Amino acid sequence: MVVLGQFIEVLIGGLLAGVLYSLVALGFVLIFKASGVFNFAQGAMVLLAGLALVRSLDFLAARGVPMWAAIVLGLLFAAVVMAITAALIQKLVLGPLVNQSDLSLFMATIGITFVLEGAGQMIFGSDVYPLSLFPTDAWFVLDGLFEGGLLVNKLDVWGGLIAGALVAGLAIFFQRTKTGRALRAVADDHAAAESVGIPITWIWFVVWLVAGLVALVAATVWGTKLGVQFSIVFLALKALPVLIIGGFTSVPGAIVGGLIVGAGEKIAEVYLGQQIGGGIEYWFAYVLALAVLLVRPQGLFGERIIERI
Amino acid sequence: MKADVQERSGAAGAGHAGTDRAIGDVLLSVENVSLAFGGVKAISDVSFDIRKGEIRAIIGPNGAGKTSMLNVINGFYHPNQGTITFKGTKRHDMRPYIAASQGISRTFQNLALFKGMTTLDNIMAGRALKMRRGLLWQALHWGPALWEEIRHREAVEKIIDFLEIQHIRKAPVGKLPYGLQKRVELGRALAMEPELLLLDEPMAGMNLEEKMDMSRYILTVNDQFATTVALIEHDMGVVMDISDRVVVLEYGRKIADGTPDEVQRNQRVIDAYLGISH
Amino acid sequence: MLYREAGQFKTSYTADMAIFPIRQDRIALILLLLFAFVGIPLLAHFQLWPLGSDYMLRAILIPFLILSLAAIGVNILVGYCGQISLGSGAFMAIGAYSAYKFGTGVHIPLEFLGTEIRIAPLPVLPSILLGGLMSAIVGILFGIPSLRIKGLYLAVATLAAQFFFDWVFLRVKWFTNYAPSGSIAAPDLHFFGYFVHSPIERYLLCLVFVTVFALIAKNLVRGNIGRQWMAIRDMDIAAELMGIRPLYAKLTAFAVSSFIVGVAGALWAFIYLGAWEPLAFSIDRSLQLLFMVIIGGLGSILGSFLGAAFILILPILLDQVPHAFGVPVSVETVSHLVFIVTGALICYLLIVEPHGFARLWSIAKEKLRLWPFPY
Repeated sequence: MVVLGQFIEVLIGGLLAGVLYSLVALGFVLIFKASGVFNFAQGAMVLLAGLALVRSLDFLAARGVPMWAAIVLGLLFAAVVMAITAALIQKLVLGPLVNQSDLSLFMATIGITFVLEGAGQMIFGSDVYPLSLFPTDAWFVLDGLFEGGLLVNKLDVWGGLIAGALVAGLAIFFQRTKTGRALRAVADDHAAAESVGIPITWIWFVVWLVAGLVALVAATVWGTKLGVQFSIVFLALKALPVLIIGGFTSVPGAIVGGLIVGAGEKIAEVYLGQQIGGGIEYWFAYVLALAVLLVRPQGLFGERIIERI
Repeated sequence: MKADVQERSGAAGAGHAGTDRAIGDVLLSVENVSLAFGGVKAISDVSFDIRKGEIRAIIGPNGAGKTSMLNVINGFYHPNQGTITFKGTKRHDMRPYIAASQGISRTFQNLALFKGMTTLDNIMAGRALKMRRGLLWQALHWGPALWEEIRHREAVEKIIDFLEIQHIRKAPVGKLPYGLQKRVELGRALAMEPELLLLDEPMAGMNLEEKMDMSRYILTVNDQFATTVALIEHDMGVVMDISDRVVVLEYGRKIADGTPDEVQRNQRVIDAYLGISH
Repeated sequence: MLYREAGQFKTSYTADMAIFPIRQDRIALILLLLFAFVGIPLLAHFQLWPLGSDYMLRAILIPFLILSLAAIGVNILVGYCGQISLGSGAFMAIGAYSAYKFGTGVHIPLEFLGTEIRIAPLPVLPSILLGGLMSAIVGILFGIPSLRIKGLYLAVATLAAQFFFDWVFLRVKWFTNYAPSGSIAAPDLHFFGYFVHSPIERYLLCLVFVTVFALIAKNLVRGNIGRQWMAIRDMDIAAELMGIRPLYAKLTAFAVSSFIVGVAGALWAFIYLGAWEPLAFSIDRSLQLLFMVIIGGLGSILGSFLGAAFILILPILLDQVPHAFGVPVSVETVSHLVFIVTGALICYLLIVEPHGFARLWSIAKEKLRLWPFPY
């Protein structure tokens, strides 16, 4: 039972850590679905949102503003920062690049990544800033079944709950609101959508704004776990293999892909890492994605593409 | 397979005026080909053949499966059923590379030029199959690699002269006007020295003068290089003028096949084009 | 009026296909090469401005040459063949570590077969070239997915290469000859019995490598294989229907590109760094190379040089210029500014001039041809 208990513990820890990847991956999927842009900058957006949040919190807390008010104001401030970012990206970069090749757009988002990283750190600072919005201690559960019980981190559970709420919220937004419907129309065919009077630049702004808010949510969880710091950008890159596995156009794919990557890399690290030197979490997700690419290029939930000429 | 060689008659209205061309054996035949994408049937049970040396037109309303047919012939789509026989070899489907190396070349409905390359490089790219020197020689750009490059350059320059595009030789094709791009694309297909040339709406979007030029190029290619041509075209005047035989598709089915005269008199074709309530 | 091609008639296809068909360009190139091969060493030898100290050679010219070489390699894959790569740093690392292993002797125990593979230490030149070869082989392996997947998906495949090899060279001690710190030092640079030691000699060595490989790269991209790469880049389906085999075109692009990047990696380790750690070839390096290619010009050998020069000089400028105006800027701010300027410039160039500095250069030449007339 000890062996099984340990396995379940690793699995749960992995699944819940995978939720973090899913949170970032969601932002990618939103933008990809609505504008066909593969947004390399999603990780930098998480960093920027986190920095804006944690620095405004520190600022307010140092001036004696009560905690709850500081959190609300901080979140608002970060949301405004993300809105401005979304507007600038849409206006200055993606607007002029309409109808360019996917590759150009992708490279432009790498450029955006660098601007956001540089500007974010220049404005808000470049240290490690601890953030504590959620409890980070652990629960011990099922100690009747397993010796010593299973260790579950409360933060991970919070992350899971938040991701669930986020997906539900996004589903309602897409299915029930006028903007959501317009968004889906734009995703299908932006020229056609424009011709029936959908304001396409507004829609793209909304998409980037929503992706920015998703990044803010991700930043609250990630920041609590690791502190808000530059390396978040590289951790967030793991959302790319998550998307390959789940499929670029699928919200459920982003969630399931995140869970697979999170659980897979923890299990691989614990059971395989010891044999081959440790630290394989560093690349496991990418190599897994590579394997999926060779077998099923459109991912688990993606749509098959028929090429035409 | 008919082995006899028919001598063309200069019958009025049937095809173009060249009277001495020999229409030979069947070069390519399509037998009972069906193609579906998911549940959508693009082609159902179509059979026809293309004879050596002829100009064969494929016509039909939009969505009739004409382009899909060309895609099947040069191996981009693989049919669900049926066979293709090219130069006596029967296949279930072609592979693009095999089709190209055996002498089928192609132009596209929506231009598919290499936009970042010059006219010259585009047409030279059409000779990629014929150039054999390895990477090491090419890295030196000397000796055999250089001789090969020059030999093919000469062939390409002939095509450039023929199509009267000398002045845009070194211009990137992406910025050329539409009519010239169409010409470059024809040049690229000719550079492969094909036995069978597939043209997908070579005159779409052209004005009358450009259409006349393009017709002239097609007829010359067919006459002088004895290249078999299969073309899709919507301009009925052009089709009836230059083609020897016409196959008509509608909703993925063949509804008529014959000389331009026969096809023009066919009631189903008239219905398909004028639109009749079924 | 000086830059005119009027009166220069080409009488053969060879002349028309030359790299620099215009006489003035050829003269300029010869002068540039003369300066690079003779002028700079002389200036450095007599310690004349701007080569009064080693700094210029060691910290600017040598890295510029090596990174230009790497950028040429990346440009072949990304700019000519249209296959995006975020893993170039890994291929530099493969070149560097393979060259190191060949230079210090390879020993692979194969106990389960009761045998072993042992290769005596090789001289530096074959080591470096074998480093490139190993990089090419791995490049082909990671290029295989490109046959089924396109564009952005491939980006992730190359990221896999990056992170996997970061880990390999950090954790698999065999590659570092079990050095306790993971940091290793390059063997002495003996070339045909000659010991390359001083900065001038090292600079000349890099220059020879870069000149030779730039010429080879130029020959390839203007020949049959180069046209195949560009055809795949511009319209892969049409290329395939014309008989260009994607398998061959893409894998040769991966092989040639990785070979050149691998050689550059070996040079970077052996000549520029001397001693290095795995982090020398991280994803930052990959992105830096990609930026050089985008800024300098996708699909241009000249652009690779321009891009490398820009990326190297930018931090120095951002550091020096505010100082000159009496505004002290912290090191941290400079690094953030570098991020912002580079990123913004990339977006700007993608919008305004996707072919980068190289195209701006050719536009300038076009203007010069007409000068002093407006058109």
